[in-house]
Amino acid sequence: MTQNIEPVSNETEFLLKQTSDQHTLLIEPSGGWSSLGLKDLWEYRELLQFLVWRELQGAYRQTALGLSWLFLRPAINMLLLSFVFGRIVQVQTDNIPYPLFSLSALLPWGYFSNAVLRASRSLVENMQVISKVYFPRMIIPIAGSVSGLVDLGASFFVLFITMLIYNMPLRLEMLYLPIFIIVAIAFSLAVGLWLATLSVKYRDVSFAVNFMIQALMYLSPVIYPVSLVPDAFKFVYQLNPMTGVIQGFRWSLLGIGEPVGVTFYLSILVVILLLISGAYVFRRTERTIVDLL
Amino acid sequence: MNQYAIVAEQLTKKYRIGKAPTSRAGAKGILQGVFSSFSYLASSLRNPDETETIFAIKDISFNVKPGEVLGVIGKNGAGKSTLLKILSRITEPSGGRARINGRVGSLLEVGTGFHPELTGRENIYLSGAILGMHRVEIDRKFDEIVAFAETGKFLDTPVKRYSSGMYVRLAFAVAAHLEPEVLLVDEVLAVGDLAFQKKCLGKMGNVAQEGRTVLFVSHNMVAVQNLCNRVIWLHDGKLQGDGSTSDVISQYLSVSYKSITEQIWDDIETAPGNERVRIHRIRILPANGDGTGQIAMETPLQVEIEYWNLLEDARLHISLHFYNEQQIVAFTSNSNETDPITGATDLSTGLYRSVCSIPGNLLNAGTHRVMMLFLRDTSKITYRLDDALSFEVLDLSERPGTWYGKEPGVVRPKLTWSTQLLEQTIHNI
Repeated sequence: MTQNIEPVSNETEFLLKQTSDQHTLLIEPSGGWSSLGLKDLWEYRELLQFLVWRELQGAYRQTALGLSWLFLRPAINMLLLSFVFGRIVQVQTDNIPYPLFSLSALLPWGYFSNAVLRASRSLVENMQVISKVYFPRMIIPIAGSVSGLVDLGASFFVLFITMLIYNMPLRLEMLYLPIFIIVAIAFSLAVGLWLATLSVKYRDVSFAVNFMIQALMYLSPVIYPVSLVPDAFKFVYQLNPMTGVIQGFRWSLLGIGEPVGVTFYLSILVVILLLISGAYVFRRTERTIVDLL
Repeated sequence: MNQYAIVAEQLTKKYRIGKAPTSRAGAKGILQGVFSSFSYLASSLRNPDETETIFAIKDISFNVKPGEVLGVIGKNGAGKSTLLKILSRITEPSGGRARINGRVGSLLEVGTGFHPELTGRENIYLSGAILGMHRVEIDRKFDEIVAFAETGKFLDTPVKRYSSGMYVRLAFAVAAHLEPEVLLVDEVLAVGDLAFQKKCLGKMGNVAQEGRTVLFVSHNMVAVQNLCNRVIWLHDGKLQGDGSTSDVISQYLSVSYKSITEQIWDDIETAPGNERVRIHRIRILPANGDGTGQIAMETPLQVEIEYWNLLEDARLHISLHFYNEQQIVAFTSNSNETDPITGATDLSTGLYRSVCSIPGNLLNAGTHRVMMLFLRDTSKITYRLDDALSFEVLDLSERPGTWYGKEPGVVRPKLTWSTQLLEQTIHNI
């Protein structure tokens, strides 16, 4: 008998939902530290998808090579580094072919620098939209970080091809990779939130970002192994979360170096602190962002 | 609590007015620039003091019932956009609060979130998502949107190749199909060609008929008149009027926008006046006559009055009363005080012209109205013309780094100031 009852269509269900939850919106000055508004973020998750998709679509439209840029960039970077540091400078790499050595670091590093750059510029670049319509602003830097993951995926493809060429076996430790990727995402988002907030108030930040990323690259084991760092500096050096991430990548992919140690956990603590503080500072600025720009 | 769709209680928005660092050329300028940038940093970190803030809106309170279409009118800078931005959560108020019952959609601009590289189809989804629509909702209305925009053929063309008309049509179509319970709209209707504007107005009307609450900010009095049941009028950030559409609009127009710089009556039979005197022409113009007709605070003015004197040997003179926006008399002037003709002689019949010269730097900025009186025998009112002239005095002076708002006062004369040093040393008294 149940067949006689017409199933509630998607549409009616939607309409019912729309009318049944009576939103009441309260607008007032929020003094001090308000909540992070995570519920609001979840409401707008579809917008996040669209923004990520726009970022990718927009970037590669009307380019002759289109999406193949995603693969070309890490490949060219790897070749360049291998020539300069593998051949000319001959950096010692624990007997790992330099292309693999550099690529295993370029993956997280490329993601990180890209994501930080995008996130830090995102607010100023999307001013037009921000000043005309409401949505949780935090979606914008998050979209910057997330869209970088597509680049990362493409880079992984390049890496596995290179591993095939060098006859590198797959290792069980590779299952640990997601942990390091999550740390890289969290760190890039933390730095991105801070920089995006600051860049709204002080345009100086956009000058500083490039410089900062470059400096951090030299302070991370991208072109050289951690073993070359003098012991006296090692502790401070390893507090940089990207050091741990790159070390982790090399360890799980290539089996060089040691699995991460105490300093990596400390650096994760640094990331968590930066992320939470960044999110709060962002939320504080968010309310009056339009007035500042 | 849900008897109102919008409840605004003493909404206030303070802005900090810019004290941006000024820079000078040369090495000294650069050094100074470096230092002043630090002091700018320091000043932007502490709380602003009273003199550095202005109120974009102050203590705005009103209620809107569900299904009501409320118009918001006022001059540029009166705070309309600020109010809309606060209600649509783009910026936060600095005081007061508002409660909105129901799903809110705001439409402050046409084409919000459009990406030029993406196609029409893709932009419908993107813009819809940014405006707060869900994907199912857009799917459901997709065909309707495309039909409304009349851009069917170009759905898969990047919007950067669209003509501006097509772009605007598509953008509005997306926005028009947003179906919130409370819709906040800025002047997006002033787009596209005439036919499309009509269509947009029609769509707005439908929205209202469907029983949704609309808050509509506009300069277009015709649109407001047609769409709104009620109007609030903002002036200098304060609520100046709240009531039925026609009442508030006529108040607003009479005070704010009616500018009559010249009136001519050619027919002596119907011209304003009576059996003693009839007015042929009255006008106000800048005395320096630069051709723009613009009247600034420092512009000297002339009021010319041409009139027929119909009675032989009349002792007639003219009195002009200048009112400001608050209906305060700024000053009056009588022709018989300085003019030997109207002051001391009996006029024969005929057409006369009297000219009153008003020096510059007298009136404060704002709208002024002139009332004209004809008096006979020095004190008896013969004829009175209430709205003889109406004109706007503009503030075009440059006042770098200081207060940019209007100075208070009915008049704004430039007075002479001087200062001298009396004694070099300071003694205790």
